[in-house]
Amino acid sequence: MLDIVLTGLNHTTAPVSLREKLAFSKEESAAAIESLRQDPAVAEVMLFSTCNRVEVLMTAKDGAEALEAAKNYISRIKETPLSDFEPHLYTYHGHKAVRHLFRVASGLDSMVMGEPQILGQIKEAFRITVKMKASGVVLNRLFHRTFHVAKRVRTETGIGDSAVSISYAAIELAKKIFGDLENRKVLLVGAGEMAELAVEHLIRNKVGDIFVANRTFERGMELASRFSGQALRFEEIPSALETVDIIISSTGAPQVVIGKDMVKPVIKNRRNRSLFFIDIAVPRDIDPDINKLSNCYVYDIDDLKGVIDGNMENRMKEAIKAERIIDEAVIRFGRWLEGLNVVPTIVDLKEKMGAMARMELEKTLSSSLKHLPEKDALALSRMLDALVNKIVHDPIQFLKIKSSHRDETASLSLARQLFNLDESE
Amino acid sequence: MNSFPYIAAVFYVLSTVLYCIYLFKQKDVFQRAGFILMISGLIIHSLVILGEFIQLGYLPVLNLKNTLGIAAWSIAVVFILFRIKLNIKVMGIYAAPLVALTYIASLNIPEISAETPQIFKSAWLVIHVVMVFIGEAALAMACGAGALYLIQENAIKSKKRGFFYSRLPSLEQLDAAGYTSIVIGFTVFTVGLIVGLVYAKMVWHRFVGWDPKEIWSGITWLLYAALVHERIAVGWRGRRAAIMAIVGFALLLFSFLGVNFLLGGHHGGFTQ
Repeated sequence: MLDIVLTGLNHTTAPVSLREKLAFSKEESAAAIESLRQDPAVAEVMLFSTCNRVEVLMTAKDGAEALEAAKNYISRIKETPLSDFEPHLYTYHGHKAVRHLFRVASGLDSMVMGEPQILGQIKEAFRITVKMKASGVVLNRLFHRTFHVAKRVRTETGIGDSAVSISYAAIELAKKIFGDLENRKVLLVGAGEMAELAVEHLIRNKVGDIFVANRTFERGMELASRFSGQALRFEEIPSALETVDIIISSTGAPQVVIGKDMVKPVIKNRRNRSLFFIDIAVPRDIDPDINKLSNCYVYDIDDLKGVIDGNMENRMKEAIKAERIIDEAVIRFGRWLEGLNVVPTIVDLKEKMGAMARMELEKTLSSSLKHLPEKDALALSRMLDALVNKIVHDPIQFLKIKSSHRDETASLSLARQLFNLDESE
Repeated sequence: MNSFPYIAAVFYVLSTVLYCIYLFKQKDVFQRAGFILMISGLIIHSLVILGEFIQLGYLPVLNLKNTLGIAAWSIAVVFILFRIKLNIKVMGIYAAPLVALTYIASLNIPEISAETPQIFKSAWLVIHVVMVFIGEAALAMACGAGALYLIQENAIKSKKRGFFYSRLPSLEQLDAAGYTSIVIGFTVFTVGLIVGLVYAKMVWHRFVGWDPKEIWSGITWLLYAALVHERIAVGWRGRRAAIMAIVGFALLLFSFLGVNFLLGGHHGGFTQ
């Protein structure tokens, strides 16, 4: 019987220094898969590597042997002694490996719970595996189920519904104010990683003109050209407030940069259109009293954090639903995998054929052959049993005979498909 | 034919129930089913009104029972049109109960048979009544959009995002929906009033009789006119526009019902 094994390390088990050392690029992944595939201990293999995890998933006759092969390969190719990374590894067999994969793909094992990128990364890794012809019946099925589960988790739970980063939370709020962000004008005051990230998200949401105001005009110009926007002098902020819709502020100024008195006069000229201030700076750049002006909204860093905390709580609640979906899928996959053995396949085959024969016999005996005495009916029944046994005899012999020349799981899977033995899915 | 009004009412109630479920569950199926039920209810309701119209020879707007029925019908028509044009699904959560309640109220008022004055048998009156009611229904939608706007704005301003925050559309959308409702409602309402004035001139040989309903309708009209004017002139929007839409509708309800109950006048028969 085939074992499914998975080993790897992630952000909770290994420090970043180790993760970056063991990370595989796309080419390296392909090479690793190629090399492990040729190892006699390994039947199927897949490797995925992201900034938060490196994992190897294999099917093998002897799981332990395959694991050794994989660990040794990593140690050799990454020039790291096994003892350096082995304590950080987790290893799962059978349905635990399946569950782990389902959880990872659904974002439940991610650093930010429910983040969606991981699914794309796993799809890419699987694409490489398929290209290297390193996947067979079990992995193909497993990944098919994985993508299905991840999709279910995404659509049936709210795990990815709400923003859990400052910049996303700001965008989410902007959408609740403006609806469509298309062609909204943005003013970036100051600079900073989080603010720039927010601007990038806004650009992805097709905002219109982007203005950048910086104390040092040169730095502003630099940033503006990065966002293909327009640099402004600090003194131009009041007049800019008449046209822009979203203001992201992140300066190192010790006092307020945009005060209530600066905003109040522009409201009339804006014809009361909404203004959304996102204040990422500490100490704050934007006078919190601006929030009291009509159609003006101010969110500072703590407000945004509050939003995120609320959203994170929601995700945790949704994660419980997701685990239930995964539990179901693990059980179902386990059932399929168990069926993929010689004995259950033979049993299923015999049962299906037998049931068909019995049903047809009963139908005939209760209609056109109603007059038949019981003895004759019994003889007919025995005849049908014999016929069924003859029909399934050759396929069963084929399944029973071990041959080193063919892939046993592939022929089992083919037999099950040929006779449609997995009807439930 | 006699059971038709009740079938329509059942459809409206079921639609309301589904919209409520939609509000909690946020599954699109419920909203779609609610919408289909609303359309079904409206079709049956329209047949009822058409039947009465043919049978009586004039639009049944003589008493409160009938006017409430027409009001429910108008709100349903306007909601369905808005739902198709503006695609704001959440409007159903106030439109559906409003239709259902108004119609049920109408069904529970006993029919009073009164002498039909000759003035009711005129196409002018039909146009006057239908346009005024359609206009008022659109203004009711504006009031609902305004209320939702205030809820959503409060959630964003106070930074306490409650039950409604994720369930309501953006402020901009609510504001736009409210404004569109007001412009359409105000226009149709105005035309309806003018038709009424012209008809008054025809039957009574004067435009205005200064009866309380006319006066209060005039006041309501002025308020909406001010709202539309301010929007165009200085861009009144958001919170203030939302509050005005609610105040305007309250005034409108008063001229529709309150005046008849409290003040009398030649429109008085409608609430008997």
